[in-house]
Amino acid sequence: MSTHDISITVNGKMHKRNVDSRLHLADFLRQELGLTGTHIGCEHGVCGACTVLVDGATARACLMLAVQADGRRIETIEGVAAADGPLHPIQAALSRHHGLQCGYCTPGVVMTLLELQRECGGEPVTEADIRRALSGNLCRCTGYQGMVDAALEILPGAHTKA
Amino acid sequence: MKPSAFTYHAPKTLAEALDLAATLDNARVLAGGQSLMPMMNYRVVQPEHLIDLGRISELAFVEDTVEGLKVGAMTTQRTIERSGVVQKRCPLLIDALFHVGHQQTRNRGTIGGSICHLDPSAELPVTACALDAVLTAASKTGRREIPFADFPAGYLTSSLQPDEILVQIDFGKWPARAGAAFEEYAVRPADFAIVSVAARVALNEDGIITEARLAAGGIAPVPTRLISIEAMLKDERASAALIESAAAAAAALPAAGDDMNSADYRRELAGHLTQRALSKALQRVRP
Repeated sequence: MSTHDISITVNGKMHKRNVDSRLHLADFLRQELGLTGTHIGCEHGVCGACTVLVDGATARACLMLAVQADGRRIETIEGVAAADGPLHPIQAALSRHHGLQCGYCTPGVVMTLLELQRECGGEPVTEADIRRALSGNLCRCTGYQGMVDAALEILPGAHTKA
Repeated sequence: MKPSAFTYHAPKTLAEALDLAATLDNARVLAGGQSLMPMMNYRVVQPEHLIDLGRISELAFVEDTVEGLKVGAMTTQRTIERSGVVQKRCPLLIDALFHVGHQQTRNRGTIGGSICHLDPSAELPVTACALDAVLTAASKTGRREIPFADFPAGYLTSSLQPDEILVQIDFGKWPARAGAAFEEYAVRPADFAIVSVAARVALNEDGIITEARLAAGGIAPVPTRLISIEAMLKDERASAALIESAAAAAAALPAAGDDMNSADYRRELAGHLTQRALSKALQRVRP
């Protein structure tokens, strides 16, 4: 067993903590920082509920140790829109298209779509691209169609179905 | 679903990591963590020491050399799939990576981690098998090169010694007039493959196959190079009938089944996937 002093920037704010080596990033966010928007589903990298952005790239927060995130920049669902502000366009579109029901998988879905939106850099995205990105997020309520419709609405050039 | 307690080490250089690997007992090397972390969360693996290679920048590279493509063991799958050099020098890797996990796991998963983990349903070990990649293992006492054929020791087990770390994968030269394809069957896209097949064929100017490389995953505990079928193809004229006979031979190979998928089913998949991979590889032959 070892403990480590770490500094992690989460949603633009630097946090310094001393953590056990075995604490994973999802538990760190939820238990140490109180950021419970990152949900924990399977804890073995299958469901995608805990998806966050690490230096801008999606990652399973349950498959990364908090100590591995030392010095990194993490974005979680709490940082996507201001607490008292309007929803992010991805969130608003998911709401409009009924892209969520119970909401458990939704934070991970939003982070995945956020990465897709940033990576496409304005280039057209097809329905196949969207479905491929969302294959890493399990949803047992919606059947995905609402999420796909939401993404098709907000992502560039994605209005024709692939 | 939390790992048992361990001591975490984050060496910044390979030399430091090799020192740790040589001295620590019951240590595991952490690459991208997309297989080891789940196993630790399940406590299937309970190391006392974890040596994280994630801060060793010298192990992440893609190099186009006169001897062919060389990839650092800690290069992420995502970096490789987006690499123009890999697309040009070893397009089979790009084809294989299309089936690997999800973007959320490819962002962190590494080529070296996947090859050392040796999951029978994993695409990168099958690709390395087909191309007979040469793996460079480092230890405090030096380096040795291991042809992929000698690398697996058994199910989920490589022949690396406890003090050794995989540092580089050498995919060799890509032949002229060659095409390649990776085909697999999984119940859902991006799910674990039941059977997979990697193929590369090279032709001469008369359309005769000068070299065929073929490997399958999912018919045995470790990737299987289909040498007898490669021999059937070599020096023959590429044709639909030849592909059919190769596929029939693949469907007649010995295969091991499990509770989920019988040996017969896996054999049948191997036949169909061989047919598809060879057809696509031949279509892709570029002058």
